[in-house]
Amino acid sequence: MNAIAKKTFTHTLKKLCTSTFIFSLSFALLPAAYGDDVVVGFIYVGSKGDYGYNQAHALGAAAVKAMPGVKVIEEENVPETIAVQNTMESMINLDGAKLIFPTSFGYFDPHILTVAPKYPDVTILHAGGLYQEGKHPLNAGSYFGYIDEAQYIAGIVAGGTSKSGKLGFIAAKPIPQVLRNINSFTLGAQSVNPKITTQVIFTGDWAMPVKEAEAANSLIDQGIDVITMHVDSPKVIIEICERRGIYSSGYHADQSELAPKGYLTGAEWNWPKVYTDFVTLLKDGKPFPHLLRGGIKEGLVKVSKYGPAVSAKTAALADAAKAKFMAGDMVIYKGELKDNKGNVVIPAGTALSQTDIQLESMDYLVAGVIGNTGS
Amino acid sequence: MKALALVAAMEGLLIPLLALLLSLGIFGVFLLAVDNDPFGVFYSMYRGGFGSPFSWRNTLERAAPLMLTALCTALPARLGLIMIGGEGALVIGGIAAASVGLSLNGNAPWLVMIAMVIAGAFSGGLWIASTGWLKHYRGVNETITSLLFNYIAIALLNHLITGPMRDPQSLNKPATLPIGSANMIADIPELGVHWGLAFGLVLCLLYYLIFQHTTLGFAVRIIGGNIRTAKIVGLPVGRLTVMTCFFAGAAAGLAGMIEVAAIHGTANGSLAAGYGYAGILVAFLARQNPLTVIPVAILLGGISASAGLLQRSHHLPDATVFILQGIIFIVILLSETLYGRLKLLCDERGRT
Amino acid sequence: MTETVLGWWGVPLAILGGAIRASTPYLFVSLGECLTEKSGRTNLGQEGNLVLGAMTAYAVSYLSGSPWLGVLAAGATGMLLGLLHAWVCQFKKVNDIAVGIALMLFGIGVAFFFGKPYIQPTAPHLPAIGFGNWSDIPQVRAALEINVLFLFGLLLAPLLSWVLSSTRWGLMLRTVGDSSDAADALGFSVNGVRMVATMIGGFLAGVGGAFLSLYYPGSWNEGLSSGQGLIAVALVVFARWDPMRCLYAALLFGGAGALGPALQSVGFSSGYYLFNAAPYVLTLILMIATCSPQRTLTGVPGELSITK
Repeated sequence: MNAIAKKTFTHTLKKLCTSTFIFSLSFALLPAAYGDDVVVGFIYVGSKGDYGYNQAHALGAAAVKAMPGVKVIEEENVPETIAVQNTMESMINLDGAKLIFPTSFGYFDPHILTVAPKYPDVTILHAGGLYQEGKHPLNAGSYFGYIDEAQYIAGIVAGGTSKSGKLGFIAAKPIPQVLRNINSFTLGAQSVNPKITTQVIFTGDWAMPVKEAEAANSLIDQGIDVITMHVDSPKVIIEICERRGIYSSGYHADQSELAPKGYLTGAEWNWPKVYTDFVTLLKDGKPFPHLLRGGIKEGLVKVSKYGPAVSAKTAALADAAKAKFMAGDMVIYKGELKDNKGNVVIPAGTALSQTDIQLESMDYLVAGVIGNTGS
Repeated sequence: MKALALVAAMEGLLIPLLALLLSLGIFGVFLLAVDNDPFGVFYSMYRGGFGSPFSWRNTLERAAPLMLTALCTALPARLGLIMIGGEGALVIGGIAAASVGLSLNGNAPWLVMIAMVIAGAFSGGLWIASTGWLKHYRGVNETITSLLFNYIAIALLNHLITGPMRDPQSLNKPATLPIGSANMIADIPELGVHWGLAFGLVLCLLYYLIFQHTTLGFAVRIIGGNIRTAKIVGLPVGRLTVMTCFFAGAAAGLAGMIEVAAIHGTANGSLAAGYGYAGILVAFLARQNPLTVIPVAILLGGISASAGLLQRSHHLPDATVFILQGIIFIVILLSETLYGRLKLLCDERGRT
Repeated sequence: MTETVLGWWGVPLAILGGAIRASTPYLFVSLGECLTEKSGRTNLGQEGNLVLGAMTAYAVSYLSGSPWLGVLAAGATGMLLGLLHAWVCQFKKVNDIAVGIALMLFGIGVAFFFGKPYIQPTAPHLPAIGFGNWSDIPQVRAALEINVLFLFGLLLAPLLSWVLSSTRWGLMLRTVGDSSDAADALGFSVNGVRMVATMIGGFLAGVGGAFLSLYYPGSWNEGLSSGQGLIAVALVVFARWDPMRCLYAALLFGGAGALGPALQSVGFSSGYYLFNAAPYVLTLILMIATCSPQRTLTGVPGELSITK
């Protein structure tokens, strides 16, 4: 054995001894989990540093972590199977969690609905806005932001900046949430330039880096000069747009660092506010809203800072729209609105406010969107 | 001499146990190298997997599908085939069970249940049997075929649940219509684990009896040992191959049916959650023995049940479990070479 | 097709571009695996090599600022995993395919374990050469923007083909792959040759991973490979253990992957899940069409466990 190996060996031995000591200690300290702190669990469906959906939630968790008297536990890459039920129960049974935020849409039915009734003194709050009063357990709740409001403003910025009048949207699946973002983005852009079109490409799943890259390249080849997206991690798409010299608009979190030249703006979640509000209510023992929904006005979503390519005129248009949202008198979906097959989807004279349940089951793409809602 | 025979008999228990201990040792050194406390981690693994009634339930729930998907690799392995198509067969079984459940909705629940079991097992069976058929009659490598079949099955699932079979009410998570709560598999009373676990246990036992103690099983072993011999003795190699693969796929298809009928209530994208791939690991660790599949599935179920605790209490990334599984897998495979040598070792000692 | 429907020209162009952009990982892994399999071993762990290579390349490029150092590091990790595979497989009764699956799990585990801090940062990329600069059409320029690694791959295929068919070393490798008894009789070290072949194979797969994270799509994340390494192993069977055919197969696969998004971008947008599965179905059909239990396939190494 040479000297270095010997040294490493003794080092390892020392470490082993200390860890044995800790081991016996941890036996003694076992039941006292986290003292008097309120234990709050966060569950993510993907990697919490993904520059996207999960990171936006993890930023919220980080804000909760900074609150006094709170202990945060986190688990990432938890699939939407019985695994998430077990993770919730494990957090409750082994860590003494009193409040859990399972942050993926697919966690609600059947998983949260199975676990919540078993633990009436634990509160489970879900990101997705699926809670129905009277039908779902009292210790559960659901929250979601009208992020399409932010997409509408991003659409204004994109429409005002695009030279070709052709926008691109790379999305995972044609589900209502996604379709609503595509439509709001397009309607925002059309409010600046009525002739603008949005080309949609569905990749089929939430995280498919190679497909997303291929989609971005095909869109750029078609002469599209602004791309936005609804996938879990926008990083790949934004970087490709920057490399090929076109504009991009972000999603979920702020990605401006990835594209200093071409990043126009982005639609972001504002989870730190939502999570700290919830935790404060729960800690004070106050009743919490079972269904919390809101947009820019309520502070659930926000718009990234405008990039250098955005003209003052366009920025002013976007700010005006933002002011209207803040004042609560902006309506995105109003008649007469036709889908891209020529059917009237909202008749003339009808205006659907953001809270309208009809918008939750959107199954069309508005005129000006090139794409198909089928698979 | 008695001790000698004992050692030979104990070989099957001793070697895997030693391998497991060695793997934990290597894993412990790895943990030390990344500045973590191995004993603390081991203790958490015990606590998360087996330390309380809740942990046991967690473990068993995770083990249930693994038992079934492991059989999908273990049975063909007896023929000398390496089948990795459990994921695809599970997905196909899930789709079939859901569509049968939906079309029979309204009938007596027991009837629907039996129909779903048959649909899941039969479709999964056909799925894998066709790779067996391609192998034997067309000479197409079964490992590659079954891998491609997995991708195709998942694409098919996605196509069906977002298109033809989609429930228009399944807004943001595309799924089929729910099969209805009356048709769902209940929990085993007291235990709190769904009856799918019983399916796994029974099938492992049944396949063990068939493939270890019947002429059929014997014939399959001959084929696996030497296909030429099997042909010379006049065994119907093709038929046995396809049949064994059918049994194998049926197990994985059943796992898909259970996912639908005990967990999700619909067929949706979460059917492809990797149980099929984890099953490959279980099968190899169990040395392709259906009976051994049971404890190995429970062990791996326990490891994955404790994975969350490792993240939460030790700030280890979720991939830590992959590393541990990888190490165990490699060491167990390496230990294959020891079988028969232990006896040899004792023989030599006996002689001197 | 007439020139007036310019949009549809985007489809063949995208397929060409996709073939060039997306084929490189398939090419490197399949060439590496081809060499390994020619020596009589199957290494399904190439997926692990690919993923670990991608992570290592990205991390090293980010930390050192040199993407080429990243490529080398990725190759080195692939080589190490290859060594481990070869070492484990040399023991009697150890199944190489199973070891491959184990190493895949292990490689992916290590990559994800150490890769967490590198998901967010942006690392320096590998350079590309603009072969389309003669053209005024930006789309053509973009499609012909070619990465150096792809060119290496293009050269590597005929080189490997030549080495295998015409050099002493290639002959030795093929002998070992066809009959270890014969190789033994000739005094070749069967395990030694296989070890070298598996290590080179692992090196190439690692480099393929570097291409993924440092060029296209050009970022490290956990969904980066999603099975490309496994498919590349399938491509070798499909290419009949011929390096030149591996090249064609990789190009075909890269191009087929671009088909789905390209068709949608011109408005043909139904059934994309089925389009996404097209490459797999194609491989399957071609394998069924070209395999036969009756005749021994030309080019297949006799010692290979996946063909026995």
